[in-house]
Amino acid sequence: MAMTNNEPLLEVKDLHKSFGQREILKGINFKVHKGEVICIIGKSGSGKSTMIRCVNFLETLTSGAICYQGKNVLDEFKELSLYRTKVGMVFQSFNLFNNMTVLDNCTVGQTKVLRKGKEEAQQNALKYLQHVGMANYINAKPHQLSGGQKQRVAIARALALEPEILLMDEPTSALDSEMVGEVLQIMRQLAAEGMTMLIVTHEMAFARDVASQVIFVDEGIIAEMNPPEIVFKAPENERTAEFLARFNNGR
Amino acid sequence: METMPTGFLSWVIFLLDKYWVLFLKGAGVTLLLALVGTFIGCIIGLVVGVIQTIPVNKNDTLLKRHSIGLVKWLLSAYVEIFRGTPMIVQAMVVYYGSMSMFNIDMSAMFAGFLVVSINTGAYMAESVRGGIISVDDGQREAAVAIGMTHFQAMFAVILPQALRNIMPQIGNNLIINIKDTSVLNVISVTELYFSSKSAAGVYYRYFEVFFITCVIYFVMTFTASRLLRIWEKKMDGPSDYQLVEGDPMQDPCGYFQHGTVGGKDNGND
Ligand SMILES: Nc1ncnc2c1ncn2[C@@H]1O[C@H](COP(=O)(O)OP(=O)(O)O)[C@@H](O)[C@H]1O
Ligand SMILES: [Mg+2]
Repeated sequence: MAMTNNEPLLEVKDLHKSFGQREILKGINFKVHKGEVICIIGKSGSGKSTMIRCVNFLETLTSGAICYQGKNVLDEFKELSLYRTKVGMVFQSFNLFNNMTVLDNCTVGQTKVLRKGKEEAQQNALKYLQHVGMANYINAKPHQLSGGQKQRVAIARALALEPEILLMDEPTSALDSEMVGEVLQIMRQLAAEGMTMLIVTHEMAFARDVASQVIFVDEGIIAEMNPPEIVFKAPENERTAEFLARFNNGR
Repeated sequence: METMPTGFLSWVIFLLDKYWVLFLKGAGVTLLLALVGTFIGCIIGLVVGVIQTIPVNKNDTLLKRHSIGLVKWLLSAYVEIFRGTPMIVQAMVVYYGSMSMFNIDMSAMFAGFLVVSINTGAYMAESVRGGIISVDDGQREAAVAIGMTHFQAMFAVILPQALRNIMPQIGNNLIINIKDTSVLNVISVTELYFSSKSAAGVYYRYFEVFFITCVIYFVMTFTASRLLRIWEKKMDGPSDYQLVEGDPMQDPCGYFQHGTVGGKDNGND
């Protein structure tokens, strides 16, 4: 299990989010310490994506705060740009830049946001592409890759900015089953290297094996947050048990 | 007294021989108006389209929200007015209006460039807006998520794709402009139609002259259409890619196509 110290890297405080009149998130609180892997599980429509998107302000918060290294992000960072480079994001649908090669996908953030030189950015990009086994594909365009390959490039793109934490929203849900493994393998590897991650997933075996904490989201609240041993063996909340039972039957 | 030709073909040859300079000059003016007008129109369209897709956010200041709102309103008024009135009428209003209202005596040619550009701009603005909307929002989100601003995401990720998608419309506009600049004859721009009319008047051979004119227009539009096709193909880039063999980490400089790494243009070493 990962080492934790006392100051959380990231803290979500009393997060509320409404779309119009509908309140989707009803007061979310949790902390992420450095090196932790937190898996978020829950029914479809329960608010998992909204929650993770609020963390890097792809959604504006209705109320509450996101704190990074103890400080409210909206007070501390005049521009969200810098904060967002520290909080990488991997999407379910990859969202690679279709007009760029694999290499350019992984350098554009470094050159445009971090203002690194082109050569340094490319060397760095190459390092992370190597890490996800895609270094041989630097000249390919996204539409020439398989889903698993796209997602690996998307992970390299996020890593190339050397973030402190990686957010992933169902990174394997859009993949054909034979490609899920290759992406999960990369995620396991990152976890083993101590990468801090916040992952929305339906891969229960992954959550059970890799997570340091599992969050069960139910109708916009955190119904349970516990280490996987407890969540999967003896959940404290009966809704968790219900969800996991249904999930197991559905398989 | 010169002997007059008899029959269609000999008239055509006779007229070509006599007026080829006039035809050529007219075609040149037409092409110039169409190319410049389409180019400037595209730039206008890009600017308008980009401004019209600036997102406004509940957290922005009231002043920012209202000024963006006002600019967007003015721009959509521009688009609606210039799409909703005929170019021939716009030409009259701009040319004679500038003279009587503002005492500006612009040349007919300048008025021509102005009208074609503004008109094309109005159409292109809508195309660009459509092109921007058609790029899936996920890519914009991904750009924002790696720290890019709205405008960085726009220029690095979205516009290049939007432009590629609207290439057929740009081509369409060019072809329409080659043909529709003929309306500028009402303000005496000496484009191809105007030149043809002058030539036809001399011998009253309207059919033969305008047959020639027809062929010239078609050659111009057809060439434009084919060239644009080729350009589109080129924009798409190679349909396959080279796998980089071996370990790119060992000597990265050697593996990139077109010297993209460690190449010529890194001034900071
Ligand atoms: N932009 C939006 N506007 C309105 N409702 C939304 C929007 N995004 C998500 N929702 C709603 O919020 C709820 C939670 O969605 P989401 O966070 O995507 O759930 P999950 O990721 O857990 O499946 C859903 O009912 C969805 O319809
Ligand atoms: Mg979701």
